[in-house]
Amino acid sequence: MTDIIRTEALKKSYANGKPVLDGIDIRIGAGERIALIGSNGAGKSTLLKCLIGHTPFCSGEVATLGETFRASPNKTQLQRIRQRVGFVFQNHGLVRRQSVLTNVVHGKLGLSDGWGAWHQAIVRQEIREQAMEALAQVKLTAKANSRADELSGGQAQRVAIARALIRKPALMIADEPAASLDPTAGREVMEVFSDLVRMQGITLVFTTHDMDHAVNFADRVIALKGGRVCFDLPASEVRRNEVDGVFHA
Amino acid sequence: MSSMHDRLLPGRVRSVPAATFAILVALAALFIVSVGQVSPSPSQLVGGLPRMYGLLERMMPPSIETGFLTRVMWRTVETLQIAFVGTVFGVLLSLPIAWFASRTLTPFGPLRHVFKMLISLFRTVPDMVWALIFVASIGLGPVAGTMTILIDTIGFCGRFFAEAIEDSDKQPQEALFTSGASRFSVLTGAVIPDIMPSMINTSQFALEKAVRSSVVLGLVGAGGIGQELKVAFDLFQYKNASTIILVIFVLVLAMEAVTDRLRAKAQ
Ligand SMILES: Nc1ncnc2c1ncn2[C@@H]1O[C@H](COP(=O)(O)OP(=O)(O)OP(=O)(O)O)[C@@H](O)[C@H]1O
Ligand SMILES: [Mg+2]
Repeated sequence: MTDIIRTEALKKSYANGKPVLDGIDIRIGAGERIALIGSNGAGKSTLLKCLIGHTPFCSGEVATLGETFRASPNKTQLQRIRQRVGFVFQNHGLVRRQSVLTNVVHGKLGLSDGWGAWHQAIVRQEIREQAMEALAQVKLTAKANSRADELSGGQAQRVAIARALIRKPALMIADEPAASLDPTAGREVMEVFSDLVRMQGITLVFTTHDMDHAVNFADRVIALKGGRVCFDLPASEVRRNEVDGVFHA
Repeated sequence: MSSMHDRLLPGRVRSVPAATFAILVALAALFIVSVGQVSPSPSQLVGGLPRMYGLLERMMPPSIETGFLTRVMWRTVETLQIAFVGTVFGVLLSLPIAWFASRTLTPFGPLRHVFKMLISLFRTVPDMVWALIFVASIGLGPVAGTMTILIDTIGFCGRFFAEAIEDSDKQPQEALFTSGASRFSVLTGAVIPDIMPSMINTSQFALEKAVRSSVVLGLVGAGGIGQELKVAFDLFQYKNASTIILVIFVLVLAMEAVTDRLRAKAQ
């Protein structure tokens, strides 16, 4: 099994001193779905940023999608990583006054075939069709013409997923994708998300505070505590007392 | 007992720091000296009022001679053309300049201040001065007027567009930057759609402003109805002048009525 992500003795602290990540060693294989858990400030978001080269780390080594770097990737590496990664955040980050279709087309921006992906009306027909396909995958074709600010939170997040899917990423990075949704919408989004990545063989790394999501929608759960990996277990083997250990002193 | 309260009683006037007091005295002195130099003396007022009345009398009734009215009509059309063309080009040029000047999206780093200063220069130098400059460089006529409106519009829209770009919704911008989109792509894909309503509003104000100033640009020879007004005063044709003043009055009122309607609709 090839590693999509590998870190060795990854250490990171911000300017104010105290280490946030204090020697992280993880390996993530192709097609795995990983839930990253840990209390507020445990360093989950920071770890995601280090993996994709969005924040420099202090020591250790990271290899993402075959690009190996220390501290931070060089420009070419960063460009190569970005080309093959899809991102989803807690806030959907859709352009409110634009149609759903245009927002999905935006996913092509920054890719070599993304010319004109500012708006669905000017982009190549092929990309418009890919966008509809991505919308079909998140079950939102009916909303293609709606404005993004007319959507519910759950629908908006699914559009954000479609925007990431149209990139045909090898790796999907999602930072608390369900955190601002109600329980039903959150579950729905996670279901759509994890089914899609499994069917398409995309590697998924997502953070969550919801243990149900971690156990149900990931193959493996990695817990961070005090800057280290507290446990790294198949989802089916995660037990209550271990989870309690992550969140209590 | 009462003497203790007396000590706590605040004075009627709060004491003023010495520096503030000095500035107040200086301002008062400056005012008195200036009044003597620039305000009308009683004899000027007494002598001027009858002459003002005489002028008004010579302006009445406004001229309605057909040849003159036709000329005024074409000059009015020219005024609106200057305002319209100048505003459209000004708005179009404002966009890239505002982008280059914006703190959040400029491709030029600290050099963005050059564009900010350019916008400030365009805004702070009065339109009549720009008109003089363009009349001197490209010659008398409406082209100088159009250039003046264009520059004035960049000064106005450039500033507000840049602020709108800086204040626009950051989340979609971050989402697109994260996946490697260029600044230009983020501007076109996320920022412009977001600030479109405020841009339309600003442009409408720019057009209003342009009509107002294109009316008087002719006074320095930059085309439009103002040119006709200057001719009328220069040749002592006061009845023509009053017609033109009435036309200007109606023109600006009509424009305000139209733009108010548009704004009400946009709400
Ligand atoms: N840009 C930054 N500059 C300085 N300190 C930061 C920065 N970002 C995060 N931190 C600090 O690093 C620590 C880890 O933050 P991080 O956001 O990675 O945690 P998290 O596990 O994602 O938390 P949450 O569950 O609240 O999202 C926190 O103590 C935070 O204050
Ligand atoms: Mg976080």
